[in-house]
Amino acid sequence: MTVSVNRLVLWFNKTGSPPNFDRFAARWTPWAFATAIIFMAAGIYGAIYSVPADYAQGENFRILYIHVPAAWMSLFIFVVMAIQAFIALVWRIKACEILAMSCAPVGAAFTLITLVTGSIWGKPTWGTWWTWDPRLTSELVLLFLYIGVIGLHNAIEDRRAAARAACFLALIGLINVPIVHFAVQWWNTLHQGSTIRLIGPSTMDPSMMWPLLATVIGTKFWFIGSLLQRARAMNLEQESGKDWVRKISESSANEA
Amino acid sequence: MTLTPTLFASARAQLRRDLRLVWRRRGDAMQPMLFAVMVIALFPLALGAESRMLARIAPGVLWVAVLLAGLLTLDSLFRSDLEDGSLEQLLLSPVPLAWLIATRVAVHWMVTSLPLLLLTPLFAELLHLPGQLMTPLLYSLALGTPLLSLIGAVVAALTVGIRRSGMLLSVLALPLFLPVLVFGSGAVVAASQGLPWSGAIYLLAAGLALAVVLAPLAAATALRITLT
Amino acid sequence: MNHSPPNPTALLECRGLSFSRNEERIFGPLDFSLGEGEALQVLGGNGTGKTTLLRVLAGLLAADSGEVRFEQRVVDQGHLARGCAFLGHLQGHKGELSALENLRFTAVMQSSQIPPERALADVGLAGFEDNLARRLSAGQNKRLGLARLILSPARLWLLDEPYANLDLDGIALVNKLITGHVARNGAVLLTTHGAYAAPPVRVRTLELVA
Repeated sequence: MTVSVNRLVLWFNKTGSPPNFDRFAARWTPWAFATAIIFMAAGIYGAIYSVPADYAQGENFRILYIHVPAAWMSLFIFVVMAIQAFIALVWRIKACEILAMSCAPVGAAFTLITLVTGSIWGKPTWGTWWTWDPRLTSELVLLFLYIGVIGLHNAIEDRRAAARAACFLALIGLINVPIVHFAVQWWNTLHQGSTIRLIGPSTMDPSMMWPLLATVIGTKFWFIGSLLQRARAMNLEQESGKDWVRKISESSANEA
Repeated sequence: MTLTPTLFASARAQLRRDLRLVWRRRGDAMQPMLFAVMVIALFPLALGAESRMLARIAPGVLWVAVLLAGLLTLDSLFRSDLEDGSLEQLLLSPVPLAWLIATRVAVHWMVTSLPLLLLTPLFAELLHLPGQLMTPLLYSLALGTPLLSLIGAVVAALTVGIRRSGMLLSVLALPLFLPVLVFGSGAVVAASQGLPWSGAIYLLAAGLALAVVLAPLAAATALRITLT
Repeated sequence: MNHSPPNPTALLECRGLSFSRNEERIFGPLDFSLGEGEALQVLGGNGTGKTTLLRVLAGLLAADSGEVRFEQRVVDQGHLARGCAFLGHLQGHKGELSALENLRFTAVMQSSQIPPERALADVGLAGFEDNLARRLSAGQNKRLGLARLILSPARLWLLDEPYANLDLDGIALVNKLITGHVARNGAVLLTTHGAYAAPPVRVRTLELVA
């Protein structure tokens, strides 16, 4: 047991070094994206063609097959970002700083997709493009938190101090997320106007479940692919003065 | 080896220094009050002076005005000390940085929010706030404004090193302020609907108790992160 | 790299100290030690990392690699802060307060045994007690910074370009303070860019090159 843990730590340390990380990311990014596309295609096909129309919501509910995984990912990525941020701050590991900062734009994108798909779902159901429903409002705050992390990271000149400051903000943001969720729920009970609730497919028949499973898995792989791609780019940019980066750019120039 | 002054002595020295600095620029210290009054005045001007409508929006408008006034003064919490090198000296001081920050935040609250709190009855009159809502409003502001100052201090510490930070501090602080606003203003709205409002007040009190301990420590950590 | 055993009388010891910013090496790896009653002068042109080195030693910046030992103990920021007095480029006190008010604040924070008025007189600012610091000239502000140094009971002085902004009298004052501190078994580490003469004590030199 300890042997395998040691081997894991060694692998982690080795992959964390910038040139190795570059090779690792370059190798696995295409696979992650390919897997994602396969699962997403299957899920979307299923969502559109295989599943019968819902008796209560008509064709409208099909967008939930994207909305629900996107919502789960928007939260999941924030947690992953916060974990990376914690490791980066406590142990000062540069690879984790880069990974945490690469999570933020991907998470923000998923949050935006959640908001847009939620809005599209809401229009036929509620008649308006936007409503201050507790779930959508929490997602909006989540988007602001993501944008804050990205903004702080871009604002500080020293790249490592910028990453560390943004990581700290990500941790504070993580604490804020459940508090905001709780506050918005309470606020919703208070202001009787918006009693509309976003009904998720929780009471779904099992035959309708499989496209959801496919899109959930698909979005996870999409996240992995995006993360590795962005982290690789950030890694190369930060190490741009070093020899190994020059060798890579020379060899790719020779191939072209 | 330097002796460490007692926490009380250092807090008192810091308090005197900061209050003296505010007094030397007392014109600036008036600005939050003027700003809050103007924000409050914007609403009747924009929406009309119909008394019942103003009374309904009064708790929210008052809360937003006080929140924004506090927000706009956060940048000055650490910036002038950064620029003249006093912040370095504070970092090198034998007294725990978190303690000094807590004292600084207390001064910020005293100078920015306490006058607004005292002027609340006046503001409430401007917006025709029903009399029975004064109590929940004062409780919520008394607990919420120090909480906002403490949370704001952490964000101010994160952005202090950035030149031309513009609105970044506000953009970062507002999502963190949201729960305080929701519970603070919500307590008054609940009272206006005849619903129980003490739960929200207790939550604010609990949040404040946590923040008094954790926020100075977080701000000290944030200062060390951004200044190194 | 030097792997000698720790020097038992060294106040400050550095092994393999290096610092980079944005992947650019600023200085290092450096090895040196400073004992009681010693002065070390860090020489180097502009941009060689003298100020950065001093800030790392003061605990304001974290080094990339290497070790700093203060009083034989590997340093954490708190421990170093209590043992050293730092005079940097920035004035370090508030322009809106008077000279005496600034010193009184420092005196409390450093638990100083010396009355602030005397420190002010020692740096030649007697009579300027109630002048706001922002009305003082650059040289006078530097002297106020030196008064803060007098108030500090720290044994290690870290001085970044202490002669800057000073006239001949001021330079003589700095030398007098350094000599006195070294004679009282303190240690002084100062940076200069070589245009100024070394202080009149026995001083070693560490030269940084870009």
